Amino acid sequence: MIKFSDKQLKIPQMQRPVFLVTGGMSKFGRAVPEKRTEELVIDSFVEAAEFINKTPAELKEYIHSCYYGHFADHFGDQLLGEAVIHDRLGLDPLGNIGIKTGGATGGSTLWEAFKAVASGYSDCVLAMGWERMDEVPTDEGNNYIASAADKDWETPLGHIYTGYYAVMAQKYWQVFGKEEESFRRTMAEIAVKNRGYARMNPHAQGPMDITVEDVLNSPVVAYPLRALDCCLMSVGASCAILCDEKTAYELTDNPLMIYVSAGSHTLRVADRRDMDIPLLPNEPPDQYKDLGERFPGGDRYPGFTGFLAARMAAYYGYRMAGVVDPTEDLDLVELHDAFTISDIQSYEDLGIRPYGEGRTYVESGDCYHTNPHTGKPGKLPSNLCGGLIGCMHAVGATGIMQTVEVGQHIWGRWAEMHEDQSKWDRFGRTKPDDWTNLQVEGAKRGMAISHAGVGSHVTATILVHPDHQLERKES
Amino acid sequence: MSTAKRGKVRVENGRYRLDGQFHFPYPNEPIRNEDGELMGVTNPRDLTHVHMYGGEAPFFEGLGQGKLLGTRCDSQNCDANGSIFIPFRIHCPDCLGKNTIVDMTETAKKGATVHTFMITERTGAFNTLPKPIRFVNVEFEGVPTILMGYLSVGEPEIGMKVVPIFNTTKPSYTILDLSWVPEGTNESEILEGFTFG
Ligand SMILES: [Zn+2]
Repeated sequence: MIKFSDKQLKIPQMQRPVFLVTGGMSKFGRAVPEKRTEELVIDSFVEAAEFINKTPAELKEYIHSCYYGHFADHFGDQLLGEAVIHDRLGLDPLGNIGIKTGGATGGSTLWEAFKAVASGYSDCVLAMGWERMDEVPTDEGNNYIASAADKDWETPLGHIYTGYYAVMAQKYWQVFGKEEESFRRTMAEIAVKNRGYARMNPHAQGPMDITVEDVLNSPVVAYPLRALDCCLMSVGASCAILCDEKTAYELTDNPLMIYVSAGSHTLRVADRRDMDIPLLPNEPPDQYKDLGERFPGGDRYPGFTGFLAARMAAYYGYRMAGVVDPTEDLDLVELHDAFTISDIQSYEDLGIRPYGEGRTYVESGDCYHTNPHTGKPGKLPSNLCGGLIGCMHAVGATGIMQTVEVGQHIWGRWAEMHEDQSKWDRFGRTKPDDWTNLQVEGAKRGMAISHAGVGSHVTATILVHPDHQLERKES
Repeated sequence: MSTAKRGKVRVENGRYRLDGQFHFPYPNEPIRNEDGELMGVTNPRDLTHVHMYGGEAPFFEGLGQGKLLGTRCDSQNCDANGSIFIPFRIHCPDCLGKNTIVDMTETAKKGATVHTFMITERTGAFNTLPKPIRFVNVEFEGVPTILMGYLSVGEPEIGMKVVPIFNTTKPSYTILDLSWVPEGTNESEILEGFTFG
């Protein structure tokens, strides 16, 4: 049983508000043989500068310190790759630092950037993330990813990270999914949705027009997970510029408030100890008193079914940003859909639905841009960029890309960034004839979740339009 | 492939004594596109790391001797006092005191249950386990944590009773020396080189 002290549960305090001013991203692909990583990084930086009508040189004049997210040095085969990127961006002699927290690297990079501005150290910072996963064949890539598990206790077992995750999926599938065909179809629906949304995104590497049957008939990776339930392996870069209020309004008329929080949990799932469920603001004290009756085995928390790190990121983040009920208070989310089933698990960790009821977020149609049952806007659309399943998972860039996507909706500029034929042409991709504008109308607040593997690190990045702030909660 | 002897290491007086070759160099090869233009080069590499188990060494030695070792916090004032840790933790995660090594072999033989599992045909490079791999996460009576391993006989199910087997004849001194089989499995059915300990 583990316990937290009051000091550990303090709601994170900023010395001043922090704003997201702009962001950008490169093309994403399984392989990008024609470009060095530095070129992709520059592509994303140029997009961020142009988004606020600045030249790259003008934007660079504001930057005071730099935060670089790049997870897997061995993929890129370059230690201190951050210094290479920093030089190619022409940002010497500014201070810079590399950040690596597995799949959460992008989110953690924003976390560091956020704290640098919140503390007053810098008035304007660059958060840039990238990953280069095409330097080795896929099976060697799987071995590299598996070396993010415990090297003595887990990695020798198959050298396959998906397997270390799949045991959790199996437990959730049996305890909360009750091995129901209907639950399996709900998982598949997520894969169909996210790959379908990716079709509208020129940056996306995995667009597909598929059906639930296609997912259910795709090869088994680790039962119940099939190939189309799993995320992509990618190359690409994404960046964001964070500022204090004064600098933000010098750069743009329309910056967004940003809050970033983080949680963690054991690297080995094997080391998890039982504890009480930390409650989110929308959960009453007796919320889970009969969880074990409704879902036998489901009351062992976090067990193999909950992501405590995600719960803690939400615990801190919601109270910082004043979010009580994410479904009511947010207008869209970008979740870390590494697998369809982990997407469902995270709905519960984040309080979008209570533990045990994650599937209803999909089944109600709330997670869609347009609810397929009612034809009306979805209550809380998720992963409109295509997510990790449809758009990309260039690890160090992922959490930043998701945040930039959420920002583009709140700025009301999603169509501008995704419709332009010249961008589709530049990326060598064909814009579908049925291209659809996925702009969430009137979006004011949104969230992006960045998550590492079996849940060692998770960050929550919440964006709020300054005219629609909520009240911070202290406990 | 070079015929040089792959490196071995001994520790003497706290220093590494290396013998043999620890890396094998190969030339780069150009990578060209269909028009014959240079795109990049291959960077081949074959090397051996020198990795110490430190305080976990007794656990990995124990597997080859047919023993499953865990640890226990015996610090009087620690909330985790009496907690048994498998995976073996050198220090208690709460008080950071040095844990006591405890032999959990008999507990594992009597009260080990599959908490969850997965079966996969996919593996990463360097995998040495036969496919499909059947991971099992094993719960022990009186232990709050759940150990990951692999089932080498039969098909896994949640709640299934399992017993450990150990590579005692030719240990690799890795976690692969521990495997699991359903309760009641005959010695004749288990992996070659493995015993019930
Ligand atoms: Zn202790």
